Amino acid sequence: MAWQARALAGQLQAWADFKQTIRAFFAERGVLEVDTPLLAAYCVSDPHLDAIAAAGGAAWLQTSPESAMKRLLASRSGDIYQICKAFRADECGRLHNQEFTLLEWYRCAFDLSALMAETAELLGRILPDGPLVRYSYADLFLAELAVDPHVADLAELQDLARSAAGLGVTNGLERDELLDCLFSHCIQPGLTELSFVFDYPASQAALAQTTRDDNGREIASRFECFYAGVELANAYHELLDADQYQRRHAADNRRRRQLGKPQIELDQQLLAAMQHGLPDCSGIAMGLERVFMVARGVNRIEDIVNSGLGAGPVVGS
Amino acid sequence: MATYSTNEFKSGLKVILEGDPCSIVENEFVKPGKGQAFNRVKLKNLISGRQWERTFKSGDSLEAADVVEKDMEYLYNDGEYWHFMDPNSYEQVQADKNAVGDAALWFKEQDVCLVTLWNDAPIAITSPNFVELEIVETDPGLKGDTAQGGTKPATLVTGAVVKVPLFIDVGEVVRVDTRTGEYQNRVKTS
Repeated sequence: MAWQARALAGQLQAWADFKQTIRAFFAERGVLEVDTPLLAAYCVSDPHLDAIAAAGGAAWLQTSPESAMKRLLASRSGDIYQICKAFRADECGRLHNQEFTLLEWYRCAFDLSALMAETAELLGRILPDGPLVRYSYADLFLAELAVDPHVADLAELQDLARSAAGLGVTNGLERDELLDCLFSHCIQPGLTELSFVFDYPASQAALAQTTRDDNGREIASRFECFYAGVELANAYHELLDADQYQRRHAADNRRRRQLGKPQIELDQQLLAAMQHGLPDCSGIAMGLERVFMVARGVNRIEDIVNSGLGAGPVVGS
Repeated sequence: MATYSTNEFKSGLKVILEGDPCSIVENEFVKPGKGQAFNRVKLKNLISGRQWERTFKSGDSLEAADVVEKDMEYLYNDGEYWHFMDPNSYEQVQADKNAVGDAALWFKEQDVCLVTLWNDAPIAITSPNFVELEIVETDPGLKGDTAQGGTKPATLVTGAVVKVPLFIDVGEVVRVDTRTGEYQNRVKTS
């Protein structure tokens, strides 16, 4: 039985130092470290995120600490951050592990450009020196695929997914799902420098506010961060409107029904917190294994000791 | 009909794609944080030998291909088919020109080849990586010319033509790497 940690050389110390760097960064800025429950009564409704049920189905392992941290914010905690484990069912691959480490932080009265600057500053302490680039989601699609993701119709995106991304069967996929395919296959691999992508389609807002861009198109107030072709972080100018939250939850459940997935109960505690009033804030979630991987040139997530320990014995050893 | 879902994909798995049996070479899980998950898969078409790249929505399935690989002994060619025998069961199969392909240049009677069978019929023959074959035609050898690096073409008993050193003669047996078609060394025959 293989029980030993693999690739131990120096890595445990490096991981500990890495978290220390992050904690020092937030201590300097007066952002408070918090710990919220990993096991909770509600889970997220995103159609393509599945929580792992625990306690005989009475509770869920959290896919991110977003709900609990927003309840702290609504309780007037002020700026907070957390380093915790998160769990997502069926996500296994070179860059995915069902259990992984998230750094999530919220800054009151920060807009997205302020949060982008802070994120770049944090990553500047961890990643090798290099240029920083910013692109709008639409500009990347126009440059790489000559298509405007905000107006392209379904048939056009289906054709592109087949021809540019090698997608065999496009039936049953909606616009956003085809955009996900095109982005992850044709655009993301080229984001090798520290890259911030902003102005996502409004239909991909999740729990972000929506606004209008310079062309008057409705867009989601969110950005994502990439390095070495790897998605590292996802940020929102957080949605404050409780009614809008309920509508998006209902839309998620409609899509889930179409996909044959179980319905998800509305998070009543988050709803009540939003009805009470969330402060204007921006928040970001960062996958720490991935940041560690791109900073140190680790190729597979299971080559990180802490992740690799979770795997079963290697066949044949 | 057995099927495999994308979460069972791994290298070596045999599946049917567009009617042809394929072997999965590489499988990468691709998923934007909150977006749709996909599997980006490299497959080798076992009939054409070509590599295909395809993307599947995670959760989709492909039909399993009944493909097995067996070491079998080459018996003879009847003018149209190459006949192979399983040395354990004595069961025989016949492979056509498409299945044998270029491998025919490298094996002779009684050599053991890897036979890929799809639904019990041969679809590909892989010759051993190294074979020892007799030379049937080449320019006369130059005695003592073992130091210089010159080469000349030589025809082997199977019909393959390889480049050999100048000192090699008709009737000698040489060792060849079938993956590159390169001469390795002379084999002492007595």
